[in-house]
Amino acid sequence: MGERVLVAMSGGVDSSVAAALLLEQGHDVTGVTLKLWGGESDSGCCSVGDVEDARRVAAQLDIPHYVFNLTDTFDHTVVEPYVREHEAGRTPNPCVECNRSIKFGALFQRAEALGFDAVATGHHARVTAEPDGSYALRRGADAAKDQSYVLYMLGQRELGRTRLPVGVLTKAQVREHAARLELRTAAKAESMDVCFITRGGRRSFLAERIDPRAGSVVGLDGATLGEHDGIEAFTIGQRRGLGVATGERRYVVDVDARTATVTLGGCTDLLRHTVSLRDVTFVDASPVGRAGLCAQTRAHGVPVASTFDGTTVHFATPQPRVAPGQVVALYVDDALVGGGIAT
Amino acid sequence: MSSPPNAGPNAGPNAGPNAGPNADVTYLDHAATTPVRPEAVAAMTPFLGGTFGNPSGGHSAARAAKTALEAAREEIASLLGAEPGEVVFTAGGTEADNLAVKGAARRARADGGGDAVVTTAFEHKGVLASCDRLAAEGFRITRLPVPATGVVDPGAIAAAVDPDTALVSVMLVNNEVGTIQPLEEIVRRVRERAPGVLVHTDAVQAVPWIDVAEAAASVDLVAISAHKFGGLKGTGALVVRGGIALEPLLEGGGQERGLRSGTSNVAGAVAMAAALRVTCAERAAEIVRIAALRDRLVDGLLATVPDAFENGERAAKVAGNAHVGFRGVEAETLLVALDRADVCAAAGSSCSSGATEPSHVLAAMGIAPDDALASIRLSLGFASTDRDVDVALAVIPRAVEQLRHAGAAA
Repeated sequence: MGERVLVAMSGGVDSSVAAALLLEQGHDVTGVTLKLWGGESDSGCCSVGDVEDARRVAAQLDIPHYVFNLTDTFDHTVVEPYVREHEAGRTPNPCVECNRSIKFGALFQRAEALGFDAVATGHHARVTAEPDGSYALRRGADAAKDQSYVLYMLGQRELGRTRLPVGVLTKAQVREHAARLELRTAAKAESMDVCFITRGGRRSFLAERIDPRAGSVVGLDGATLGEHDGIEAFTIGQRRGLGVATGERRYVVDVDARTATVTLGGCTDLLRHTVSLRDVTFVDASPVGRAGLCAQTRAHGVPVASTFDGTTVHFATPQPRVAPGQVVALYVDDALVGGGIAT
Repeated sequence: MSSPPNAGPNAGPNAGPNAGPNADVTYLDHAATTPVRPEAVAAMTPFLGGTFGNPSGGHSAARAAKTALEAAREEIASLLGAEPGEVVFTAGGTEADNLAVKGAARRARADGGGDAVVTTAFEHKGVLASCDRLAAEGFRITRLPVPATGVVDPGAIAAAVDPDTALVSVMLVNNEVGTIQPLEEIVRRVRERAPGVLVHTDAVQAVPWIDVAEAAASVDLVAISAHKFGGLKGTGALVVRGGIALEPLLEGGGQERGLRSGTSNVAGAVAMAAALRVTCAERAAEIVRIAALRDRLVDGLLATVPDAFENGERAAKVAGNAHVGFRGVEAETLLVALDRADVCAAAGSSCSSGATEPSHVLAAMGIAPDDALASIRLSLGFASTDRDVDVALAVIPRAVEQLRHAGAAA
């Protein structure tokens, strides 16, 4: 049945094929590219080059194409919080915040206002209509590319109006499809890393925005091991770039923004039995007390059998400490049932 | 390349929604560009065929092209109140502005003159970006704010001029809000303070509405752009009054008296002359006709859409300009809604990616940011009809209502 679908096109092969698939399925498709970051270092994802790629694919598919300038909203909801979280010694996931506030936030609202029935993206995940009338969010067909984790915050309202056409394909199948349609982006390399950090990496990006606060690097026994220039260079679980010469392998076990102290420990010192979550959301019904739950603590991490009491996830086997600010997603088989942010 | 999946069996690669405006589209963006006049097409066609010569040559083929080029120059000069030797062909208004601003300032400083430039904050980016470049070269640039009426105060311009000022640049008509600037008065006041100062005006938006020959008679450097009055995109001119020295941007074979090297766009110049001729001949009548259309459009919108407002003083605007805002609506979203209803309009300026950028013009006028983000420009021109206004009056209020209902906030 032909729906009016607004496809977020980044210029990459996944969203290009998503648009093409929807057209083949008989929908009324419109493409949009989001202008999110227009800083002087505009060479990251959704730069002018990427917009051009998206526009060309849209022209090839003969669909209308718009560009939405969401730089202000992106700055307030993604970039600024990213900087502030790092300043507080936490490890945010900006792609998650972009999905929450921009792609399934501002873009969603605009799509509805403009009369579209649904929004589509090139994410590797699946939305399924369940027998009981609800919607489920499931892992993509290509396990190595599954992106359900970064969509953990979607609820019934969003899922009912979201289409994820490439989630049923493997990445190889997506590229084949693009090549078959002679889409310009068939062989385009994937974008990596944070889209708004394009030159110099995370450290210099943050250094430009956070006043450095030097402090101590200490061991678990409190002994001072060295000094550092700023806690934002450190993440829980980090092994490299610690700035101290150590005998055995050490990891960042804790970051205290208040005292600007970084604590190092051994591998086993990182292990935890639990992680507490804030801002917990559920895709549908609450999974509290549900059997068969698994927790995934990284974008492409291995899920761990767990239980969840509404606030705290209890791992069946101890896991390396989840850095505060990171997402913990909860699954039952291949369905993501909810998640939250580690505290 | 295989046919796109959405196209019918006989559709070529350019069929469908991306093929460009057609009879079913209501085009309200004449300030962005105008259709090419049939007179311009007719005039230039021979130069796409048998008369293809390079005017910079010595043989008969060159002579034929040269004759046509110079005839075009003479006609354009006459219509602009200049001598033929004062007309420099460029590849458009932006190039003309760049040549004027950078060329005059750099030459003045090199000749031991001043190193300051006075301009307004709501000039076209062609002028402002040129000023930014000059600033990086050590020039002192003053960018004056503009009243909310959109009309510059001559006294304010003059007051900013000092013994180091080499150039004053004030546009004749603003491209976003369409307001006409008191150029004669500005020049008079500026010359009172500093007789030797050069004055440049971006007259790109003025040609369809104002007799530039008269309005810019005392201005040293006048920039025009053909595609704003029915000529081709990529063609324009700069009037450089006799005796004024500029540092050229493009150097090479020395064409255009050394001010703009490069093989002349003969077809473009011929088209420009034809378009300008028709525009000037029809201007008086067109102003009346189009002002009536514009007033019906704006008055209609202000009357039927709640919380609507107009930017810039209507009485000071050229006949084709309408700039209106709708509180609580994002301009960018409204433009998409209008496009989906086959109405073409604009807001602020477009950046190279096609996204809408916040308007520096409205900011310069002191318009509240929320109002600026809720404002769009509707511009009429020689191809505009009553039907365009009828459609706009039907589509725009409906789109605004739909967006407000859906809660798209500015």
